[in-house]
Amino acid sequence: MGLIEFRQVTKEYGPVKALDNASLVLEPLKIYGLLGRNGAGKTTMLNILTNKIFPTSGEILFNNESVIENDRVQSQMFYMTEMKLYPSGMRISQVFRWTREFYPQFDMEYAQALAHKFALNLRKQVKTLSTGYSSIMKLILAMASNAPVIIFDEPVLGLDANHRDLFYHELMARYNEHPQTIIISTHLIDEIADVLEEAIIIKDGRLVLHQPVEQLLQSAYTVSGADAKVDQFIKNRKVIHQETLGRLKSAAVYEQLNSQIRRDAEALGLDISGAPLQKLFIYLTN
Amino acid sequence: MLLLDFNSETPLYLQLASAIEDNILRGVFEEETQVPSTTEISVNFKINPATAGKGVNLLVDDGILYKKRGVGMFVCTGAKEKIMEKRRDVFYENFIRTLLEEAKKLNISKNEIITMIERGI
Repeated sequence: MGLIEFRQVTKEYGPVKALDNASLVLEPLKIYGLLGRNGAGKTTMLNILTNKIFPTSGEILFNNESVIENDRVQSQMFYMTEMKLYPSGMRISQVFRWTREFYPQFDMEYAQALAHKFALNLRKQVKTLSTGYSSIMKLILAMASNAPVIIFDEPVLGLDANHRDLFYHELMARYNEHPQTIIISTHLIDEIADVLEEAIIIKDGRLVLHQPVEQLLQSAYTVSGADAKVDQFIKNRKVIHQETLGRLKSAAVYEQLNSQIRRDAEALGLDISGAPLQKLFIYLTN
Repeated sequence: MLLLDFNSETPLYLQLASAIEDNILRGVFEEETQVPSTTEISVNFKINPATAGKGVNLLVDDGILYKKRGVGMFVCTGAKEKIMEKRRDVFYENFIRTLLEEAKKLNISKNEIITMIERGI
């Protein structure tokens, strides 16, 4: 049973189709990754879902109700965008209180605990925040909103390695305790892959793929060894990427790994290793 | 404790299952004692709880772990023996064959291998 449904949704800007006949069903309480290159249509999709813009055609349903001009449905979703939505002179503590007005379920105690963990000073004004801390503030608002659906748009933008790690940790802690439907839009697939349950890949406004991440990760592998042997192995196989270093060659193959493939590679003296996720992603979105 | 190699070609849930097995064999998790919950695993390794659950459920299906309602996951009696049996079956495939292949590349003779094994024991 779908919670959110896109039915043949198209968004045109003049001759350009930002979203082209996209159909998609999202189930409740899963973590989805919306993945695609810049300009692929990720933000268009989320803006349509959250009623910031209208589709040219198609339907978008939330619990079988249209999301368009539907405040009751819209209050079920918290959308963390890259955009600056808050008055720059506002203090963070005021932003927290302000958010609670719109999201009565907002968990103030949790928001303050997160601010403490990220060392975000609540007395600071929004305009004084660095890019990283601006992201952190918005992450905290989203996580504490307690909305049934949380949408993150490039959540780790500008965060350093420690803060990214802390974010993934806190996200998992919250999700385990308090499952929600989460959509994370990003182009940083490698880092986020393990927290996702399903991946949605979008390219030029079209849905390329929607499948469990586990399955996606198993849809490619890398083979390496002597160049001639690798060439022999990859003949008639779908190669995503190849690299050579002297007589050494490695090639990423888009195919599910099985024991027969392992034996074939072994017979040629080749090594098999994991799916190069970022390469796979580039291949699927190029 | 449980170390996972996030770059390996083995799916994460399989790595998780085998890491729990390793720790049962080493006696870190003794029979009839509790192992970390899927929540603890998910939060600690920052992986989706569905992935953690898949790994743990694999061990439940194999009769290595069992669920005590409202308490958590426990190691079955006889789990250690079961894991050893299962791993012995693949020992030749996973270790001996690789060892012989490497030895061949290095021109190590059969007698030399035997001497080395004896030294190791």
